[in-house]
Amino acid sequence: MTNETRVIPVLELSHISKRFGPIVANDDISISLRRGELLALLGENGAGKTTLMSILFGHYTPDEGTVRVDGVELPQGRPRAAIQAGVGMVHQHFSLAPNLTVLENVMTGTEPLWSLRSGTAAARRKLLAIAERFGLAVDPDARLGDLSVGEQQRVEILKALYNDARILILDEPTAVLTNIEAERLFSTLREMARQGLSLIFISHKLDEVMAAADRIVVLRGGEVAAERKASETNKAELAELMVGHRVTRPKREAATPGEIVFEASRLTVSSGGIERLKEIDFFLREGETLGIIGVSGNGQASLSQLMSGLAKPAAGEMRLFGEPVTALDVHDLVEAGIGRIPEDRHKQGAIGEMAIWENAVLERIRQPLFSRRGIVNRAAGQAFAATIIEEFDVRGGTPASRTRLLSGGNMQKLILGRNLYRRPRILIASQPTRGLDEGAVAAVHARILEARKQGTAVLLISEDLDEVIGLADRIQAIAKGRLSAPIAAEHADPRRLGLMMSGDWTSGDGVSGEGNSHAS
Amino acid sequence: MRLERREHRPLVLVVLSPILAVVAALAIAGILIAAAGAPVLEAYGRILTGAFGTRLAATETLTRATPLMLTGLAAAVAFRARLWNIGAEGQFYLGAIMVAALGSSVLSSLPGPVLIPLLFAAGAIAGMALMLVPLWLRLRFSVDEVVTSLLLNFVAVLFVSMMIDGPLKDPLAFGWPQSMPVAEHTLLPKLIERSRLHIGLVVAIVAALLVYLLQARTVFGLQSRAAGLNPEGAVFAGVPLGRTLVKVTCLSGGLAGLAGAIEVMGVKSYVTTDLSPGYGYAGIIVAMLANLNPLGVIAAALFTATMFVGADGMSRAMGIPTYIADVTVALSLLTMLVAIFFTQYRIRR
Repeated sequence: MTNETRVIPVLELSHISKRFGPIVANDDISISLRRGELLALLGENGAGKTTLMSILFGHYTPDEGTVRVDGVELPQGRPRAAIQAGVGMVHQHFSLAPNLTVLENVMTGTEPLWSLRSGTAAARRKLLAIAERFGLAVDPDARLGDLSVGEQQRVEILKALYNDARILILDEPTAVLTNIEAERLFSTLREMARQGLSLIFISHKLDEVMAAADRIVVLRGGEVAAERKASETNKAELAELMVGHRVTRPKREAATPGEIVFEASRLTVSSGGIERLKEIDFFLREGETLGIIGVSGNGQASLSQLMSGLAKPAAGEMRLFGEPVTALDVHDLVEAGIGRIPEDRHKQGAIGEMAIWENAVLERIRQPLFSRRGIVNRAAGQAFAATIIEEFDVRGGTPASRTRLLSGGNMQKLILGRNLYRRPRILIASQPTRGLDEGAVAAVHARILEARKQGTAVLLISEDLDEVIGLADRIQAIAKGRLSAPIAAEHADPRRLGLMMSGDWTSGDGVSGEGNSHAS
Repeated sequence: MRLERREHRPLVLVVLSPILAVVAALAIAGILIAAAGAPVLEAYGRILTGAFGTRLAATETLTRATPLMLTGLAAAVAFRARLWNIGAEGQFYLGAIMVAALGSSVLSSLPGPVLIPLLFAAGAIAGMALMLVPLWLRLRFSVDEVVTSLLLNFVAVLFVSMMIDGPLKDPLAFGWPQSMPVAEHTLLPKLIERSRLHIGLVVAIVAALLVYLLQARTVFGLQSRAAGLNPEGAVFAGVPLGRTLVKVTCLSGGLAGLAGAIEVMGVKSYVTTDLSPGYGYAGIIVAMLANLNPLGVIAAALFTATMFVGADGMSRAMGIPTYIADVTVALSLLTMLVAIFFTQYRIRR
């Protein structure tokens, strides 16, 4: 590694910017890749990883910036040029045909359309030679649909290599793999790097990035947040870099929590045959906010679904207002005064094509105020929406206008309004400020703080470190479906939370007495 | 040039779009009429006189519009909830055969005022039952109901053909495969003497009004629209997705079954396999032309019936094939789809 600084990089992305309307997906990103290097591109959902790779591969044209392979600039927006320059892409969702054999899949797109002669024999030899060289054993005549997901991925990699790829991009390659398959994949990737190929893999998993990569580029909010050698960093630092710091926002005042309103013990939630939450313990108290911090994809979605009444626990116990419950049901939650702010406001929080007033009342439509004997009281619904618009400062719409027309921040205010207009006893807030601008973030935070001050028990599930530190009284970290013991917010700092998010509970030495007082 | 989503849908555009779509369809069909060697405007004039020129023609048009309103409503209700019921034709036939079976059975000793509503209900239930099969397959196995409801049409028609050649065959029909006629007193009263126009038209219009109120004013209407527009959001808001779809299915299948029942009791009195000249399929076009609005269905059904009835008159007077009516109606579906698109998007350079 002595003289390599002067060598022309195999791949060089310089000053790439890409906007989609008002959203800046990539902002002046520069990355270079050396021969024989295994580079990890680490970042949260929406950090701009996939956009960047799509630009590199010619699926998108950048607004600014250039892509160079061996110092030669690639023409923009031409995937074929990228392939010819030796860039291969392994997609998250494979681009293979399940009804064809491995060999047929690999050959697809490589043969001239009008050629009468099929080069099957030559192709088979080439494929087997590549498989041999990198230890990617497959049966070329197996039908793709009969192979396991890990084997299918191997075929996808072989296909890229068959096209003489020297630079291989893998988009979240382990998302679909089991742990053993993932380990095998990374040993293959290491072998490929050793033989002189250059690789980039996209990931948001700290473990695998630390284990496999030579160098790590962290993306956050469309920018390069940091670049680290794997040997010179650790999981805690990476977690902190991924989640990031931002400006200060309204701060909570200390308060004495009241009664326990909800309690979960050893709760397990499964979906699709996988345990998404494993034996988690937590409780919510009146006038107190519990913050759940974690890197995305560690079980937050399941926790949010469970608490919103959309998922049932497979094992464990729950107590709501002291009463044991087996499952939470949307209707009962709404009736019991439990407000829910969903993770995805466009998909779950609102129905864009419906009027604002309809979205305001949909979850409580059966209440006598809004309907009698199945007949909707439109006047009451519209008045309710008007009150929310007024009190929660929802801008850009009237009760009758379509909800889709609201900006993200105003839509979130509408959702907050319908939950908070009558003080809820519990508020479940999942990623309440994701994708909002700073002004809207401050408005949402102020509302959540106010609800807590008035005695609402708040569960805040967030990937935003500052948000959790700013709002929560107690903090638990979520990692791989498990919850850490709670710590008091006073004892939380980014470094310590970074450690907690990395899943190394043991290093979180002093669990606060205040947070722990109930844990027995 | 690129497409841009409209922020607002001006009301003028929403009202004007079906009219423009029909005009565009007529203009395109005009090319075919001209190619057949006839003056275009005169041909369209003949269609109008053929459909409304005489008292008889007008009543015939309204008679034809009646089942189209009901099958159009069946499609509109389902499509609003993103339930793709393409099986109105089969549901129509099943409703019809149910009425023929019960209306010619021992039940026919019941007095008319009891029996007629009973037969309406029986026809509707038959239609519901048939549409519940695709719904069950969708909810249980995620099978696309477009395919299953469509294919069940053929099953239903073959079943009817088996029944009218078997257990329900009319022994007095000189060997023709047709069902026994329903009892005299179950025939629907005529709206106008010495015409085929019957009280079923009133039933269809009332049904349209009721469906409109149901969608615009009730919890069910709100929930079914939410379920169609954004199932995930609807579930989050506590809409019982399965139960809502079952209700939509019953309403949609029931309306199509009712159409079949009314056609038997109002027009034919017995069932043959040509009872419907594609009312079930035409109902899809009617619903689309109406932009899925139940009140619009009334107008769209009238337009479609006008084209079908008027084309006979035109064909007789000018020697143009009556297929021109089918072509025009089919074209109006395509132009309407284009028109709907342009109410949602605009072109920007």
